[in-house]
Amino acid sequence: AGTGGVPRAQPRHLCPFPAVTSEQIEHLHRRFKQLSQDQLTIRKENFDSIPDLEFNPIRGKIVHAFFDKRNLRQESDGLADEINFEDFLTIMSYFRPIEMNMDEEQLDRFRKEKLKFLFHMYDSDHDGKITLQEYRNVVEELLSGNPHLEKESARSIADGAMMEAASICVGQMGPDQVYEGITFEDFLKMWQGIDIETKMHVRFLNVDTIAHCY
Amino acid sequence: GQRSSESPKYSNQSFAIVSFKWDHVKEPYIIALWILVASLAKIVFHLSHKVTRVVPESALLIVLGLFLGGIVWAADHIASFSLTPTVFFFYLLPPIVLDAGYFMPNRLFFGNLGSILLYAVIGTVWNAATTGLSLYGVYLTGIMGQLHSGLLDFLLFGSLIAAVDPVAVLAVFEEVHVNEVLFIIVFGESLLNDAVTVVLYNVFDSFVAIGAANVTGIECLKGIVSFFVVSLGGTLVGIFFAFLLSLVSRFTKHVRIIEPGFVFIISYLSYLTAEMLSLSAILAITFCGICCQKYVKANISEQSSTTVRYTMKMMASGAETIIFMFLGISAVDPDIWTWNTAFILLTLVFISVYRVIGVIIQTWILNRYRTVQLEIIDQVVMSYGGLRGAVAFALVALLDKDKVKDRNLFVSTTIIVVFFTVIFQGLTIKPLVQWLKVKKTEHREPKLNEKLHGRAFDHILSAIEDISGQIGHHYLRDKWSNFDRKFLRKILMRRSAQKSRDQILNVFHELNLKDAISYVAEGERRGSLAFIRSPSTDNMVNVDFSTPLPGTVESSVSYLLREKAGPVCLDMQALEQRRKSIRDTEDTLAHHTLQQYLYKPRQEHKHLYSRHEIMHSEDDKQDKEIFHRTMRKRLESFKSTKLGINHSKKFNKIHKRDRGQKRRNSSVIPNGNIPSENPVQDFTLKEKDLEFSESEENNDYETLHLGKGVDFLANVTKQNFTDTPAGIDNPVFSADDDQSIYMKFSPWLSSEDTVVPSQRARVQLPYSPDNFRRLTPIRLSNKSTDSFLLADGPEDRPRSFLPESTHM
Repeated sequence: AGTGGVPRAQPRHLCPFPAVTSEQIEHLHRRFKQLSQDQLTIRKENFDSIPDLEFNPIRGKIVHAFFDKRNLRQESDGLADEINFEDFLTIMSYFRPIEMNMDEEQLDRFRKEKLKFLFHMYDSDHDGKITLQEYRNVVEELLSGNPHLEKESARSIADGAMMEAASICVGQMGPDQVYEGITFEDFLKMWQGIDIETKMHVRFLNVDTIAHCY
Repeated sequence: GQRSSESPKYSNQSFAIVSFKWDHVKEPYIIALWILVASLAKIVFHLSHKVTRVVPESALLIVLGLFLGGIVWAADHIASFSLTPTVFFFYLLPPIVLDAGYFMPNRLFFGNLGSILLYAVIGTVWNAATTGLSLYGVYLTGIMGQLHSGLLDFLLFGSLIAAVDPVAVLAVFEEVHVNEVLFIIVFGESLLNDAVTVVLYNVFDSFVAIGAANVTGIECLKGIVSFFVVSLGGTLVGIFFAFLLSLVSRFTKHVRIIEPGFVFIISYLSYLTAEMLSLSAILAITFCGICCQKYVKANISEQSSTTVRYTMKMMASGAETIIFMFLGISAVDPDIWTWNTAFILLTLVFISVYRVIGVIIQTWILNRYRTVQLEIIDQVVMSYGGLRGAVAFALVALLDKDKVKDRNLFVSTTIIVVFFTVIFQGLTIKPLVQWLKVKKTEHREPKLNEKLHGRAFDHILSAIEDISGQIGHHYLRDKWSNFDRKFLRKILMRRSAQKSRDQILNVFHELNLKDAISYVAEGERRGSLAFIRSPSTDNMVNVDFSTPLPGTVESSVSYLLREKAGPVCLDMQALEQRRKSIRDTEDTLAHHTLQQYLYKPRQEHKHLYSRHEIMHSEDDKQDKEIFHRTMRKRLESFKSTKLGINHSKKFNKIHKRDRGQKRRNSSVIPNGNIPSENPVQDFTLKEKDLEFSESEENNDYETLHLGKGVDFLANVTKQNFTDTPAGIDNPVFSADDDQSIYMKFSPWLSSEDTVVPSQRARVQLPYSPDNFRRLTPIRLSNKSTDSFLLADGPEDRPRSFLPESTHM
């Protein structure tokens, strides 16, 4: 057992997911310790120590996602201040690749979980809908990496994308219909054709933690 | 051989007015004739659609070759032309491989590189070893009768028959349309196994030459080392020449006409250089194509890019046709035919069986490391798709009869194997694929959301990899694109190309343009958008359909465009008021290019990898793909929570219907006259300033890439996006606009198209047959010189023209 009191047994709430092997837990635990500097919990500031993350345009949202209570499967809403290793694992488990032996129902649940993670990332005010402004936010951040892109362009793109989403989700809209925003069901609809399970994963290979200089 | 009639050389008695100089032209004439015959054959084949759907073209060509060879032989009793290894390796193979490399989907290729390498290297070695050894083993049992070969000869034969052939794979798979991962693995394998094949072949060839007795461990070790040298060396040569090519293409701005030539020459040089250094030439030219594609495509002009594409496809296709036809012809050569039933049969059996076993074992290993697993069906296709082709034949023809006593037997066997795989397996693979319900390429309409989320994924996954401390694909890809952005681009790309827009923005632009263009067509179809050419500048250009004026009414825009009736101006007043003829040229060009897109494009099932059709790059294609169906959806409005009304967003400057728009800031522009400073010039200047700071591009319309209408328009609209002060002002979505005018109208119309009334229309509805209210083109630039799209204000300004609107 590692230091820090990490439960060796698989945490209960990871059960819906395919088993995270103990090797991977070990590896992630080492990483966790590195990030937390041997503390029991991680705070947002700890993520600043990852050098490569700085260049990531949607860094903010991703870090935020780690502390989002909805992702941590806690009943309440809002943001946690700090997370422990269990929570860390929970978030990481969203990125598990699919296993061969999953049946249809498991696969479907798996998919929904991943999409829910994405959804929470976009829906920053936690109201269950991705509004135009939030969407714009996301797109702006996404495209902020390119210095040649004007902010206005990002806005237009977001608008266009929103329109597309509306047309997919709601189809033809009547004169008085108001499209509030993308709900989770709509979100699912948008992603129907794409097998996100195969795209949204990180391979947890058995590699040694890259030593990051702090 | 051809009967060559020699021109009789009479001693000069008189001046011969005309003489028949066959010898003079014999060689090029024959070559040209064969090429012509091959091409004509293709025409003939495609006359019967039923046949080509079932039988792969390669098979038909082989049969044709057999037929032709038979004719010639029957006539002459001489074996006619055969596919000499020199011609094959120097002239026929390079175009095909270059084509493959240049159009290789890089992301897919490098994403699956591990699997590809495993199959290419280990798989080929396995095939070669097992086939050779088994044949030898069977030989020892005596079934094959008396042969003159020893172990090494069998191994030599095994090595040349083992390799999967890129030409054959391409020819067959492009008609089958399996999903991309499967295709890229088989195809990548066929390309990369060249290194192994070359090494094995040379090693065993020299072993056979020096004799079995002299083969020591040192020699074997040298063989292994040579594999690494050959493969890595070939790759490096390719990369070096790719670098050279990209660098050269950076400076070819003033020699646009010969720009395409550089691509071919330098790539060919890479091939020859590798060949000269006895490295893997196929790897060299493949990687040359793979590495240079991005930079070359960014650097060279549109027309050159098109030229390169078409020429490459043409040469590759032509070479492939000739190869297969000559395979057929070469078979008709009684000299080489040696029949040994056991040998031939066993070869066929062994290569198939060992391929299957090899694939199964390797896939099992791979699946432990791959996230997207390769299933049984994939393995079946991979095994069955391991076709042998002309490379094997050329290699066997290269064998020296003195060194390899059984050369003829090998040649005959190779011919039969090639014929079998190409014809039989080629014929049956399509039904097999259908029967097994192999996952095919999905042709999806491009969605902006997908692009966006795809990008989001990349970043998210990179971040997760960073956080979890992994080196994963995304990490590597990120690192590579950073490196590329920081160093490579600066060296290899033209400055103008470096400022390329984000891909997402590209998609966005082109989608909107497509919408716009089809929107115009749609509008015309409904008859509500006909323009009236009016000579008078003051004419109130409101389309009144109730009383058509036959005299003055010209037909719709599209009619005008389609008739190519001189310079067409979508805005009549503008035409009159424009002073500079350059604008007319602009307009003509713009309209002509628009015209190309006013037709509803044909919706064909476009295949990703095709020899016979120019497929634009994946993204390109998707971007340009027909958006008609979703166009209508895009016209739907939805309410933004911010505004409380929905407006569909439809920006484009092309919608000139809204004539008589005033400029918002009227201070600059006097009534109805063009501003003193020609807005077009202003326009262009702005573009110049923003985009081409180095004055690399001058004010020639080439720079706007007029060759491709969509690009042209995209460039124009790009200009707006980079317009600084307030950037794009989308009245639909910007909160700071005075929304009152929009509030008046509910943006919904008839049940079919829901569109938002134009700004002018909000104040004054244009009459149309069913009282359509068309939608707003979004104002893109708040430059005062932009006239368009604001509703007529209460002041009675005459509806003046929109200079920019005609500047397409």
